[in-house]
Amino acid sequence: MKNIALRPTKGNKIANRQAISKTLLELGRKNRDLLVLTSDSRGSASMVNFGEELPEQIVEVGIAEQNIVGIASGLAHSGKKPFVASPACFLSMRSIEQIKVDVAYSQTNVKLIGISGGVSYGALGMSHHSVQDLAVTRAIPGLDVMMPADRHEAKKMIEALVDYERPVYVRIGRNPVEDSYLSEDYEFEIGKAVTMNEGNDITIIAAGETVRVALDTADVLMSEGISCRVINMHTIKPLDEKAIIKAAKETGRIITIEEHSVYGGLGSAVSEVISQNYPVPVKILGIPDEPAITGNSKEVFNYYGLSVNNVSNLAKQMIDN
Amino acid sequence: MEEITFLKRKAVEIRMDLLTMIYNARTGHTGGSLSNTDILTVLYYKIMNIDPSNPNWDERDRYVQSKGHSVESLWAILADKGFFPKEELKTFSQFGSRLIGHPNNKVPGIEMNTGALGHGLPISVGMALAAKMDGKSYKVYTLMGDGEQAEGSVWEGAMAAAQYKLDNLIAIIDRNKLQITGSTEDVMALEPLPDKWRSFGWEVIEVDGHDVEQLVEVISHTPKVEGKPTMVIANTVKGKGISFAENVGAWHHHVPTKEEYDLAMDELSKQLEVLV
Repeated sequence: MKNIALRPTKGNKIANRQAISKTLLELGRKNRDLLVLTSDSRGSASMVNFGEELPEQIVEVGIAEQNIVGIASGLAHSGKKPFVASPACFLSMRSIEQIKVDVAYSQTNVKLIGISGGVSYGALGMSHHSVQDLAVTRAIPGLDVMMPADRHEAKKMIEALVDYERPVYVRIGRNPVEDSYLSEDYEFEIGKAVTMNEGNDITIIAAGETVRVALDTADVLMSEGISCRVINMHTIKPLDEKAIIKAAKETGRIITIEEHSVYGGLGSAVSEVISQNYPVPVKILGIPDEPAITGNSKEVFNYYGLSVNNVSNLAKQMIDN
Repeated sequence: MEEITFLKRKAVEIRMDLLTMIYNARTGHTGGSLSNTDILTVLYYKIMNIDPSNPNWDERDRYVQSKGHSVESLWAILADKGFFPKEELKTFSQFGSRLIGHPNNKVPGIEMNTGALGHGLPISVGMALAAKMDGKSYKVYTLMGDGEQAEGSVWEGAMAAAQYKLDNLIAIIDRNKLQITGSTEDVMALEPLPDKWRSFGWEVIEVDGHDVEQLVEVISHTPKVEGKPTMVIANTVKGKGISFAENVGAWHHHVPTKEEYDLAMDELSKQLEVLV
Protein backbone atom coordinates (compact mmCIF):
# COMPACT_ATOMS: atom_id res chain seq x y z
CA MET A 1 0.00 0.00 0.00
CA LYS A 2 3.07 2.14 0.33
CA ASN A 3 2.70 3.79 -3.03
CA ILE A 4 -0.95 4.72 -2.85
CA ALA A 5 -0.72 8.40 -2.17
CA LEU A 6 -3.23 10.53 -0.42
CA ARG A 7 -4.17 13.32 -2.81
CA PRO A 8 -5.83 16.61 -1.97
CA THR A 9 -9.54 16.60 -2.76
CA LYS A 10 -10.56 18.34 -5.96
CA GLY A 11 -12.60 21.50 -6.14
CA ASN A 12 -10.27 24.15 -4.74
CA LYS A 13 -11.71 27.57 -5.40
CA ILE A 14 -8.75 29.70 -4.36
CA ALA A 15 -6.55 30.95 -7.18
CA ASN A 16 -2.80 31.32 -6.70
CA ARG A 17 -3.13 35.07 -7.17
CA GLN A 18 -5.46 35.20 -4.16
CA ALA A 19 -3.03 33.19 -2.07
CA ILE A 20 -0.21 35.51 -3.13
CA SER A 21 -2.19 38.65 -2.40
CA LYS A 22 -3.16 37.38 1.05
CA THR A 23 0.44 36.46 1.81
CA LEU A 24 1.75 39.82 0.62
CA LEU A 25 -0.83 41.61 2.75
CA GLU A 26 0.23 39.67 5.83
CA LEU A 27 3.90 40.37 5.13
CA GLY A 28 3.24 43.96 4.12
CA ARG A 29 1.62 44.77 7.45
CA LYS A 30 4.93 43.93 9.13
CA ASN A 31 7.23 45.45 6.54
CA ARG A 32 6.54 48.94 5.27
CA ASP A 33 9.19 48.57 2.57
CA LEU A 34 7.18 45.82 0.91
CA LEU A 35 5.40 47.40 -2.05
CA VAL A 36 3.00 46.12 -4.67
CA LEU A 37 3.05 47.75 -8.10
CA THR A 38 0.15 47.38 -10.49
CA SER A 39 -0.46 48.42 -14.09
CA ASP A 40 -4.22 48.94 -13.88
CA SER A 41 -4.12 45.30 -12.81
CA ARG A 42 -5.02 45.39 -9.14
CA GLY A 43 -8.33 43.62 -9.82
CA SER A 44 -6.88 40.87 -11.94
CA ALA A 45 -3.99 40.51 -9.50
CA SER A 46 -6.45 40.25 -6.55
CA MET A 47 -4.69 43.23 -4.98
CA VAL A 48 -7.79 45.31 -4.17
CA ASN A 49 -7.72 44.33 -0.49
CA PHE A 50 -4.00 45.02 -0.29
CA GLY A 51 -4.53 48.49 -1.75
CA GLU A 52 -7.41 49.25 0.60
CA GLU A 53 -5.59 48.20 3.73
CA LEU A 54 -2.10 49.41 2.79
CA PRO A 55 -2.70 52.36 0.43
CA GLU A 56 0.78 53.74 1.07
CA GLN A 57 2.31 50.48 -0.11
CA ILE A 58 0.64 50.11 -3.48
CA VAL A 59 1.95 52.00 -6.49
CA GLU A 60 -0.33 52.32 -9.50
CA VAL A 61 1.45 53.13 -12.75
CA GLY A 62 -1.43 52.81 -15.20
CA ILE A 63 -1.23 50.71 -18.33
CA ALA A 64 2.51 51.07 -18.80
CA GLU A 65 4.49 47.87 -18.41
CA GLN A 66 7.86 49.33 -19.33
CA ASN A 67 7.32 52.00 -16.72
CA ILE A 68 6.23 49.57 -14.02
CA VAL A 69 9.48 47.63 -14.26
CA GLY A 70 11.66 50.74 -14.48
CA ILE A 71 9.95 52.31 -11.47
CA ALA A 72 10.19 49.05 -9.53
CA SER A 73 13.93 48.90 -10.16
CA GLY A 74 14.36 52.49 -8.94
CA LEU A 75 12.36 51.68 -5.82
CA ALA A 76 14.35 48.52 -5.18
CA HIS A 77 17.58 50.41 -5.67
CA SER A 78 16.44 52.68 -2.84
CA GLY A 79 15.83 49.79 -0.46
CA LYS A 80 12.21 48.97 -1.18
CA LYS A 81 10.93 45.46 -1.84
CA PRO A 82 8.72 45.87 -4.88
CA PHE A 83 6.44 43.09 -6.11
CA VAL A 84 5.22 43.89 -9.60
CA ALA A 85 1.86 42.27 -10.39
CA SER A 86 1.06 42.59 -14.06
CA PRO A 87 -0.31 40.22 -16.73
CA ALA A 88 2.42 37.79 -17.75
CA CYS A 89 1.72 38.31 -21.45
CA PHE A 90 2.64 42.01 -21.21
CA LEU A 91 5.15 41.89 -18.39
CA SER A 92 7.29 39.24 -20.03
CA MET A 93 7.15 40.78 -23.50
CA ARG A 94 6.50 44.53 -23.47
CA SER A 95 8.88 45.17 -20.63
CA ILE A 96 11.42 42.46 -21.29
CA GLU A 97 14.19 44.99 -21.95
CA GLN A 98 13.56 46.68 -18.60
CA ILE A 99 13.62 43.23 -17.00
CA LYS A 100 16.89 42.41 -18.71
CA VAL A 101 18.65 45.71 -18.05
CA ASP A 102 17.07 47.49 -15.08
CA VAL A 103 16.33 44.37 -13.05
CA ALA A 104 18.62 41.50 -14.03
CA TYR A 105 21.71 43.36 -15.24
CA SER A 106 21.57 46.01 -12.53
CA GLN A 107 20.63 43.32 -9.97
CA THR A 108 17.81 45.25 -8.37
CA ASN A 109 15.72 43.35 -5.88
CA VAL A 110 12.53 43.28 -7.93
CA LYS A 111 10.00 40.47 -7.84
CA LEU A 112 8.01 40.18 -11.03
CA ILE A 113 4.71 38.34 -10.70
CA GLY A 114 3.35 37.47 -14.11
CA ILE A 115 -0.36 37.01 -13.46
CA SER A 116 -2.92 35.31 -15.72
CA GLY A 117 -0.05 33.44 -17.33
CA GLY A 118 0.06 30.65 -19.89
CA VAL A 119 -3.32 30.14 -21.54
CA SER A 120 -5.33 31.50 -18.58
CA TYR A 121 -6.90 34.07 -20.86
CA GLY A 122 -7.91 31.20 -23.15
CA ALA A 123 -10.55 32.83 -25.31
CA LEU A 124 -8.80 36.19 -25.58
CA GLY A 125 -6.32 34.90 -28.11
CA MET A 126 -2.59 34.84 -28.63
CA SER A 127 -2.10 38.51 -27.69
CA HIS A 128 -3.09 37.56 -24.14
CA HIS A 129 -1.39 34.20 -23.89
CA SER A 130 2.08 33.97 -22.41
CA VAL A 131 3.62 30.72 -23.49
CA GLN A 132 7.02 32.19 -24.31
CA ASP A 133 7.74 33.76 -20.94
CA LEU A 134 9.80 30.92 -19.50
CA ALA A 135 11.93 30.74 -22.65
CA VAL A 136 12.64 34.45 -22.57
CA THR A 137 13.20 34.93 -18.86
CA ARG A 138 15.25 31.76 -18.54
CA ALA A 139 17.83 33.12 -20.98
CA ILE A 140 18.49 36.27 -18.96
CA PRO A 141 21.45 35.96 -16.60
CA GLY A 142 20.79 37.06 -13.05
CA LEU A 143 17.06 36.38 -13.14
CA ASP A 144 15.47 33.42 -11.39
CA VAL A 145 12.27 31.88 -12.71
CA MET A 146 9.57 30.16 -10.65
CA MET A 147 6.09 28.69 -10.95
CA PRO A 148 4.09 27.57 -7.93
CA ALA A 149 2.01 24.42 -8.33
CA ASP A 150 -0.90 25.47 -6.16
CA ARG A 151 -2.07 27.92 -3.51
CA HIS A 152 -0.01 26.29 -0.76
CA GLU A 153 3.17 26.55 -2.77
CA ALA A 154 2.30 30.07 -3.90
CA LYS A 155 2.17 31.14 -0.27
CA LYS A 156 5.40 29.42 0.68
CA MET A 157 7.15 30.79 -2.40
CA ILE A 158 6.17 34.38 -1.62
CA GLU A 159 7.26 33.98 1.99
CA ALA A 160 10.62 32.73 0.77
CA LEU A 161 10.96 35.53 -1.78
CA VAL A 162 10.46 38.42 0.61
CA ASP A 163 13.92 37.98 2.04
CA TYR A 164 15.51 36.60 -1.12
CA GLU A 165 17.62 39.44 -2.44
CA ARG A 166 17.62 38.52 -6.10
CA PRO A 167 15.49 39.37 -9.11
CA VAL A 168 12.82 36.74 -9.72
CA TYR A 169 10.09 36.19 -12.29
CA VAL A 170 7.15 34.20 -10.94
CA ARG A 171 4.47 33.00 -13.29
CA ILE A 172 1.00 32.13 -12.07
CA GLY A 173 -2.34 31.44 -13.73
CA ARG A 174 -5.62 33.26 -13.36
CA ASN A 175 -8.02 30.54 -12.28
CA PRO A 176 -8.18 28.35 -9.20
CA VAL A 177 -5.81 25.40 -9.57
CA GLU A 178 -6.47 22.00 -8.10
CA ASP A 179 -4.30 21.50 -5.05
CA SER A 180 -1.20 19.41 -5.45
CA TYR A 181 -0.21 19.60 -1.79
CA LEU A 182 -2.39 18.48 1.09
CA SER A 183 -1.27 21.46 3.14
CA GLU A 184 1.57 23.90 3.65
CA ASP A 185 3.30 21.33 5.77
CA TYR A 186 6.26 20.54 3.54
CA GLU A 187 9.68 21.97 2.97
CA PHE A 188 9.94 24.57 0.22
CA GLU A 189 13.39 25.60 -0.89
CA ILE A 190 14.16 27.84 -3.86
CA GLY A 191 16.00 25.83 -6.51
CA LYS A 192 15.18 22.46 -5.00
CA ALA A 193 12.61 20.36 -6.82
CA VAL A 194 9.98 18.50 -4.82
CA THR A 195 9.48 14.80 -5.49
CA MET A 196 5.73 14.57 -5.15
CA ASN A 197 5.48 10.89 -5.90
CA GLU A 198 8.14 8.22 -5.75
CA GLY A 199 8.56 5.89 -8.69
CA ASN A 200 11.09 3.88 -10.67
CA ASP A 201 9.61 3.15 -14.11
CA ILE A 202 9.29 6.65 -15.49
CA THR A 203 9.44 10.27 -14.33
CA ILE A 204 7.07 13.09 -15.09
CA ILE A 205 8.51 16.54 -14.51
CA ALA A 206 5.95 19.31 -14.26
CA ALA A 207 5.60 22.87 -13.02
CA GLY A 208 2.68 25.11 -12.15
CA GLU A 209 -0.79 23.89 -13.06
CA THR A 210 0.49 20.74 -14.74
CA VAL A 211 1.77 19.31 -11.46
CA ARG A 212 -1.67 18.06 -10.52
CA VAL A 213 -2.05 16.52 -13.99
CA ALA A 214 1.22 14.68 -13.38
CA LEU A 215 0.08 13.43 -9.98
CA ASP A 216 -3.24 12.19 -11.31
CA THR A 217 -1.38 10.49 -14.15
CA ALA A 218 0.90 8.76 -11.66
CA ASP A 219 -2.15 7.47 -9.80
CA VAL A 220 -3.65 6.05 -12.99
CA LEU A 221 -0.35 4.41 -13.89
CA MET A 222 -0.05 3.03 -10.38
CA SER A 223 -3.38 1.27 -10.77
CA GLU A 224 -1.90 -0.42 -13.85
CA GLY A 225 1.22 -1.47 -12.03
CA ILE A 226 3.53 1.28 -13.29
CA SER A 227 5.57 3.19 -10.78
CA CYS A 228 5.80 6.84 -11.86
CA ARG A 229 7.93 9.46 -10.22
CA VAL A 230 6.55 13.00 -10.20
CA ILE A 231 8.87 15.94 -9.82
CA ASN A 232 7.51 19.42 -9.22
CA MET A 233 10.05 21.77 -10.74
CA HIS A 234 8.74 24.92 -9.06
CA THR A 235 12.04 26.67 -9.75
CA ILE A 236 12.80 26.61 -13.45
CA LYS A 237 15.95 28.58 -12.82
CA PRO A 238 18.23 27.85 -11.06
CA LEU A 239 17.28 24.37 -12.17
CA ASP A 240 17.61 21.41 -9.83
CA GLU A 241 19.88 19.45 -12.16
CA LYS A 242 20.63 16.80 -9.55
CA ALA A 243 16.99 15.79 -9.30
CA ILE A 244 16.77 15.51 -13.08
CA ILE A 245 19.93 13.42 -13.46
CA LYS A 246 18.87 11.21 -10.58
CA ALA A 247 15.50 10.64 -12.23
CA ALA A 248 17.17 9.78 -15.53
CA LYS A 249 19.44 7.26 -13.83
CA GLU A 250 16.76 5.68 -11.70
CA THR A 251 13.75 5.70 -14.03
CA GLY A 252 15.32 5.80 -17.51
CA ARG A 253 12.51 7.82 -19.15
CA ILE A 254 11.21 11.32 -18.69
CA ILE A 255 8.09 13.18 -19.73
CA THR A 256 7.84 16.91 -19.18
CA ILE A 257 4.50 18.72 -19.15
CA GLU A 258 4.15 22.45 -19.15
CA GLU A 259 1.74 25.26 -19.92
CA HIS A 260 4.26 26.84 -22.25
CA SER A 261 5.57 26.55 -25.78
CA VAL A 262 7.42 23.31 -26.41
CA TYR A 263 10.31 25.59 -27.32
CA GLY A 264 12.50 26.96 -24.59
CA GLY A 265 10.57 26.10 -21.45
CA LEU A 266 10.67 23.32 -18.88
CA GLY A 267 11.06 20.56 -21.48
CA SER A 268 13.98 22.35 -23.07
CA ALA A 269 15.60 22.98 -19.72
CA VAL A 270 15.28 19.33 -18.73
CA SER A 271 16.57 18.18 -22.14
CA GLU A 272 19.62 20.43 -21.85
CA VAL A 273 20.52 18.65 -18.63
CA ILE A 274 19.69 15.15 -19.81
CA SER A 275 21.47 15.35 -23.17
CA GLN A 276 24.68 16.55 -21.59
CA ASN A 277 24.72 14.38 -18.50
CA TYR A 278 22.77 11.15 -18.79
CA PRO A 279 20.92 10.73 -22.09
CA VAL A 280 17.61 8.90 -21.80
CA PRO A 281 14.41 9.29 -23.85
CA VAL A 282 12.58 12.55 -23.10
CA LYS A 283 9.14 13.56 -24.37
CA ILE A 284 8.13 17.19 -24.17
CA LEU A 285 4.46 18.04 -23.83
CA GLY A 286 3.35 21.63 -24.06
CA ILE A 287 1.75 24.13 -26.41
CA PRO A 288 2.96 23.53 -29.98
CA ASP A 289 4.42 26.29 -32.11
CA GLU A 290 1.11 27.80 -33.17
CA PRO A 291 -1.38 30.35 -31.83
CA ALA A 292 -3.17 28.31 -29.18
CA ILE A 293 -6.72 27.19 -29.88
CA THR A 294 -9.60 29.06 -28.23
CA GLY A 295 -11.00 27.65 -25.02
CA ASN A 296 -10.67 27.66 -21.28
CA SER A 297 -7.46 26.34 -19.74
CA LYS A 298 -8.82 22.85 -19.25
CA GLU A 299 -10.09 22.61 -22.82
CA VAL A 300 -6.78 23.89 -24.17
CA PHE A 301 -4.82 21.48 -21.96
CA ASN A 302 -6.93 18.56 -23.17
CA TYR A 303 -6.63 19.59 -26.80
CA TYR A 304 -2.85 19.64 -26.63
CA GLY A 305 -2.57 16.45 -24.64
CA LEU A 306 -1.71 17.96 -21.27
CA SER A 307 -4.21 15.52 -19.82
CA VAL A 308 -4.11 12.45 -17.63
CA ASN A 309 -5.33 10.30 -20.49
CA ASN A 310 -2.70 11.40 -22.97
CA VAL A 311 0.21 11.53 -20.55
CA SER A 312 -0.53 8.08 -19.18
CA ASN A 313 -0.79 6.63 -22.69
CA LEU A 314 2.50 8.25 -23.63
CA ALA A 315 4.12 6.87 -20.49
CA LYS A 316 2.97 3.36 -21.34
CA GLN A 317 4.27 3.69 -24.91
CA MET A 318 7.64 4.81 -23.66
CA ILE A 319 7.83 1.93 -21.24
CA ASP A 320 6.76 -0.59 -23.92
CA ASN A 321 9.49 0.67 -26.23
CA MET B 1 40.07 80.95 -7.84
CA GLU B 2 36.53 82.03 -8.48
CA GLU B 3 34.12 79.11 -8.43
CA ILE B 4 32.77 79.65 -11.93
CA THR B 5 36.29 79.77 -13.35
CA PHE B 6 37.12 76.61 -11.46
CA LEU B 7 34.12 74.87 -13.03
CA LYS B 8 35.00 76.13 -16.50
CA ARG B 9 38.59 74.92 -16.13
CA LYS B 10 37.37 71.60 -14.83
CA ALA B 11 35.11 71.13 -17.84
CA VAL B 12 38.03 71.71 -20.20
CA GLU B 13 40.21 69.26 -18.27
CA ILE B 14 37.44 66.66 -18.42
CA ARG B 15 37.20 67.17 -22.18
CA MET B 16 40.94 66.54 -22.45
CA ASP B 17 40.62 63.39 -20.35
CA LEU B 18 37.72 61.99 -22.29
CA LEU B 19 39.30 62.72 -25.63
CA THR B 20 42.45 60.95 -24.53
CA MET B 21 40.43 57.96 -23.35
CA ILE B 22 38.61 57.70 -26.66
CA TYR B 23 41.80 58.26 -28.67
CA ASN B 24 43.63 55.51 -26.81
CA ALA B 25 40.73 53.05 -26.79
CA ARG B 26 39.96 53.73 -30.45
CA THR B 27 36.26 53.73 -29.57
CA GLY B 28 33.73 55.99 -27.87
CA HIS B 29 30.89 58.45 -28.23
CA THR B 30 32.88 61.61 -28.65
CA GLY B 31 30.26 64.15 -29.72
CA GLY B 32 27.73 63.43 -26.99
CA SER B 33 30.32 63.26 -24.24
CA LEU B 34 31.61 66.68 -25.27
CA SER B 35 28.08 68.10 -25.33
CA ASN B 36 27.21 66.89 -21.83
CA THR B 37 30.54 67.77 -20.18
CA ASP B 38 29.50 71.17 -18.81
CA ILE B 39 26.24 69.79 -17.43
CA LEU B 40 28.02 66.92 -15.67
CA THR B 41 30.74 69.20 -14.37
CA VAL B 42 28.15 71.49 -12.77
CA LEU B 43 26.28 68.53 -11.27
CA TYR B 44 29.33 66.76 -9.87
CA TYR B 45 31.44 69.72 -8.73
CA LYS B 46 28.72 72.08 -7.58
CA ILE B 47 25.21 70.73 -7.25
CA MET B 48 25.10 67.16 -6.07
CA ASN B 49 25.47 66.08 -2.49
CA ILE B 50 27.79 63.09 -2.83
CA ASP B 51 30.69 61.53 -1.00
CA PRO B 52 33.24 59.65 -3.12
CA SER B 53 34.59 57.94 0.00
CA ASN B 54 31.10 56.63 0.76
CA PRO B 55 29.47 56.11 -2.63
CA ASN B 56 26.42 54.32 -1.22
CA TRP B 57 25.72 56.92 1.43
CA ASP B 58 21.99 56.76 2.08
CA GLU B 59 21.34 60.48 1.79
CA ARG B 60 23.32 61.07 -1.40
CA ASP B 61 21.79 62.69 -4.42
CA ARG B 62 21.29 60.17 -7.21
CA TYR B 63 22.46 60.55 -10.79
CA VAL B 64 21.12 58.30 -13.52
CA GLN B 65 22.62 58.74 -16.97
CA SER B 66 19.87 57.63 -19.26
CA LYS B 67 21.88 58.51 -22.37
CA GLY B 68 24.35 55.92 -21.26
CA HIS B 69 26.49 55.96 -24.39
CA SER B 70 27.98 59.37 -23.58
CA VAL B 71 29.77 57.85 -20.63
CA GLU B 72 33.33 59.01 -21.24
CA SER B 73 32.84 62.39 -19.55
CA LEU B 74 31.24 60.59 -16.61
CA TRP B 75 34.15 58.16 -16.23
CA ALA B 76 36.61 61.06 -16.33
CA ILE B 77 34.65 62.95 -13.67
CA LEU B 78 34.17 59.98 -11.34
CA ALA B 79 37.90 59.27 -11.51
CA ASP B 80 38.75 62.91 -10.87
CA LYS B 81 36.34 62.98 -7.91
CA GLY B 82 38.10 59.95 -6.45
CA PHE B 83 35.46 57.25 -6.91
CA PHE B 84 38.21 55.12 -8.47
CA PRO B 85 41.87 55.69 -9.37
CA LYS B 86 42.45 57.95 -12.34
CA GLU B 87 44.98 55.46 -13.63
CA GLU B 88 42.09 53.12 -14.36
CA LEU B 89 40.81 55.42 -17.12
CA LYS B 90 43.51 53.84 -19.30
CA THR B 91 41.52 50.59 -19.25
CA PHE B 92 38.46 52.20 -20.83
CA SER B 93 36.82 49.69 -23.19
CA GLN B 94 39.77 47.30 -22.88
CA PHE B 95 39.32 43.55 -22.44
CA GLY B 96 37.83 42.78 -19.03
CA SER B 97 37.65 46.43 -17.91
CA ARG B 98 34.76 47.58 -15.76
CA LEU B 99 34.94 50.94 -17.54
CA ILE B 100 32.78 49.88 -20.45
CA GLY B 101 31.04 52.03 -23.02
CA HIS B 102 28.02 52.57 -20.77
CA PRO B 103 27.50 53.26 -17.06
CA ASN B 104 28.24 50.09 -15.12
CA ASN B 105 27.24 49.68 -11.49
CA LYS B 106 30.31 47.60 -10.74
CA VAL B 107 32.02 50.99 -10.60
CA PRO B 108 31.59 53.04 -7.40
CA GLY B 109 29.46 56.10 -8.08
CA ILE B 110 27.28 54.44 -10.70
CA GLU B 111 23.77 53.79 -9.48
CA MET B 112 22.34 51.69 -12.29
CA ASN B 113 23.38 49.99 -15.50
CA THR B 114 22.00 52.12 -18.29
CA GLY B 115 22.49 52.32 -22.02
CA ALA B 116 19.22 51.06 -23.45
CA LEU B 117 17.55 54.39 -24.15
CA GLY B 118 14.31 55.36 -22.47
CA HIS B 119 15.09 53.53 -19.22
CA GLY B 120 16.58 56.26 -17.06
CA LEU B 121 13.46 58.31 -16.41
CA PRO B 122 11.26 55.46 -15.10
CA ILE B 123 14.17 54.30 -12.91
CA SER B 124 14.59 57.84 -11.59
CA VAL B 125 10.87 58.06 -10.90
CA GLY B 126 11.23 54.97 -8.71
CA MET B 127 14.16 56.48 -6.83
CA ALA B 128 12.38 59.81 -6.33
CA LEU B 129 9.21 58.05 -5.22
CA ALA B 130 11.18 56.04 -2.66
CA ALA B 131 12.62 59.30 -1.26
CA LYS B 132 9.12 60.73 -0.91
CA MET B 133 7.88 57.56 0.82
CA ASP B 134 10.76 57.63 3.27
CA GLY B 135 10.72 61.39 3.85
CA LYS B 136 14.28 61.72 2.61
CA SER B 137 15.57 64.95 1.13
CA TYR B 138 17.88 63.67 -1.57
CA LYS B 139 17.24 64.61 -5.17
CA VAL B 140 17.40 62.50 -8.29
CA TYR B 141 19.04 63.85 -11.43
CA THR B 142 18.77 62.15 -14.77
CA LEU B 143 20.31 63.08 -18.10
CA MET B 144 18.58 62.13 -21.32
CA GLY B 145 19.52 62.60 -24.93
CA ASP B 146 17.32 64.47 -27.36
CA GLY B 147 17.18 61.58 -29.82
CA GLU B 148 16.11 59.48 -26.85
CA GLN B 149 12.88 61.47 -26.64
CA ALA B 150 11.45 59.27 -29.37
CA GLU B 151 11.34 56.34 -26.94
CA GLY B 152 7.78 55.81 -25.68
CA SER B 153 8.95 54.79 -22.22
CA VAL B 154 10.28 58.33 -21.67
CA TRP B 155 6.71 59.57 -21.75
CA GLU B 156 5.46 56.81 -19.51
CA GLY B 157 7.98 58.01 -16.95
CA ALA B 158 6.98 61.63 -17.59
CA MET B 159 3.36 60.88 -16.75
CA ALA B 160 4.23 59.01 -13.57
CA ALA B 161 6.56 61.76 -12.32
CA ALA B 162 3.78 64.32 -12.60
CA GLN B 163 1.18 61.95 -11.15
CA TYR B 164 3.30 61.39 -8.05
CA LYS B 165 4.28 65.09 -7.81
CA LEU B 166 7.98 64.28 -7.80
CA ASP B 167 9.51 67.71 -7.29
CA ASN B 168 12.68 65.95 -6.11
CA LEU B 169 13.27 64.75 -9.67
CA ILE B 170 15.27 66.92 -12.06
CA ALA B 171 15.59 65.66 -15.60
CA ILE B 172 17.97 67.27 -18.05
CA ILE B 173 17.93 66.89 -21.81
CA ASP B 174 21.24 67.28 -23.62
CA ARG B 175 19.61 69.08 -26.54
CA ASN B 176 22.44 68.95 -29.06
CA LYS B 177 19.99 68.56 -31.96
CA LEU B 178 21.91 65.76 -33.64
CA GLN B 179 21.53 62.03 -33.50
CA ILE B 180 23.43 59.33 -35.31
CA THR B 181 21.42 59.60 -38.53
CA GLY B 182 21.28 63.40 -38.64
CA SER B 183 19.21 66.27 -37.28
CA THR B 184 16.68 65.28 -34.63
CA GLU B 185 14.07 67.32 -36.48
CA ASP B 186 14.65 65.32 -39.66
CA VAL B 187 14.82 61.93 -38.00
CA MET B 188 11.78 62.34 -35.73
CA ALA B 189 10.78 65.89 -34.99
CA LEU B 190 10.74 66.81 -31.31
CA GLU B 191 9.67 70.43 -31.37
CA PRO B 192 7.90 72.03 -29.70
CA LEU B 193 9.77 70.03 -27.05
CA PRO B 194 9.27 72.43 -24.10
CA ASP B 195 5.53 72.47 -24.75
CA LYS B 196 5.43 68.70 -24.80
CA TRP B 197 7.00 68.50 -21.36
CA ARG B 198 4.84 71.30 -20.01
CA SER B 199 1.72 69.52 -21.20
CA PHE B 200 2.89 66.43 -19.31
CA GLY B 201 2.83 68.44 -16.08
CA TRP B 202 6.49 69.37 -15.75
CA GLU B 203 8.09 72.69 -14.91
CA VAL B 204 10.29 73.37 -17.93
CA ILE B 205 13.36 75.60 -18.00
CA GLU B 206 15.55 76.16 -21.03
CA VAL B 207 19.23 76.94 -20.55
CA ASP B 208 22.44 77.25 -22.49
CA GLY B 209 23.96 73.89 -21.65
CA HIS B 210 27.49 75.26 -21.96
CA ASP B 211 26.95 78.36 -19.83
CA VAL B 212 28.29 77.10 -16.53
CA GLU B 213 27.07 80.12 -14.62
CA GLN B 214 23.55 79.72 -15.96
CA LEU B 215 23.53 75.97 -15.30
CA VAL B 216 24.54 76.55 -11.70
CA GLU B 217 21.94 79.26 -11.23
CA VAL B 218 19.10 77.24 -12.73
CA ILE B 219 19.82 73.79 -11.32
CA SER B 220 20.60 75.00 -7.82
CA HIS B 221 17.16 76.62 -7.67
CA THR B 222 15.16 73.52 -8.47
CA PRO B 223 12.42 72.65 -7.87
CA LYS B 224 11.00 75.97 -8.87
CA VAL B 225 7.46 74.80 -8.29
CA GLU B 226 6.51 72.63 -5.37
CA GLY B 227 4.90 69.39 -6.40
CA LYS B 228 6.18 69.46 -9.98
CA PRO B 229 9.09 67.59 -11.52
CA THR B 230 11.62 69.81 -13.28
CA MET B 231 12.77 69.50 -16.87
CA VAL B 232 15.91 71.40 -17.80
CA ILE B 233 16.29 71.54 -21.56
CA ALA B 234 19.96 72.29 -22.00
CA ASN B 235 20.70 73.61 -25.47
CA THR B 236 24.08 72.23 -26.37
CA VAL B 237 26.48 71.74 -29.23
CA LYS B 238 27.47 68.22 -30.17
CA GLY B 239 31.26 68.04 -30.14
CA LYS B 240 31.50 71.20 -28.02
CA GLY B 241 34.99 72.49 -27.32
CA ILE B 242 36.71 71.16 -30.42
CA SER B 243 36.11 73.53 -33.31
CA PHE B 244 36.16 70.95 -36.06
CA ALA B 245 33.91 68.51 -34.18
CA GLU B 246 31.21 70.98 -33.23
CA ASN B 247 27.82 70.32 -34.82
CA VAL B 248 29.27 67.57 -37.01
CA GLY B 249 27.05 64.51 -36.89
CA ALA B 250 29.86 62.12 -37.79
CA TRP B 251 31.53 62.91 -34.45
CA HIS B 252 28.71 60.98 -32.72
CA HIS B 253 31.20 58.17 -32.38
CA HIS B 254 34.08 59.34 -34.48
CA VAL B 255 37.46 58.46 -33.01
CA PRO B 256 40.05 61.20 -33.60
CA THR B 257 43.07 60.50 -35.77
CA LYS B 258 46.50 61.41 -34.42
CA GLU B 259 46.36 64.76 -36.17
CA GLU B 260 42.84 65.49 -34.97
CA TYR B 261 43.76 64.49 -31.45
CA ASP B 262 46.81 66.75 -31.36
CA LEU B 263 44.87 69.66 -32.81
CA ALA B 264 42.00 69.15 -30.38
CA MET B 265 44.30 68.92 -27.36
CA ASP B 266 46.02 72.08 -28.51
CA GLU B 267 42.68 73.90 -28.76
CA LEU B 268 41.64 72.70 -25.32
CA SER B 269 45.01 73.72 -23.82
CA LYS B 270 44.50 77.21 -25.19
CA GLN B 271 41.03 77.34 -23.62
CA LEU B 272 42.61 76.48 -20.28
CA GLU B 273 45.27 79.18 -20.62
CA VAL B 274 42.70 81.96 -20.69
CA LEU B 275 40.72 80.59 -17.75
CA VAL B 276 42.52 82.07 -14.79
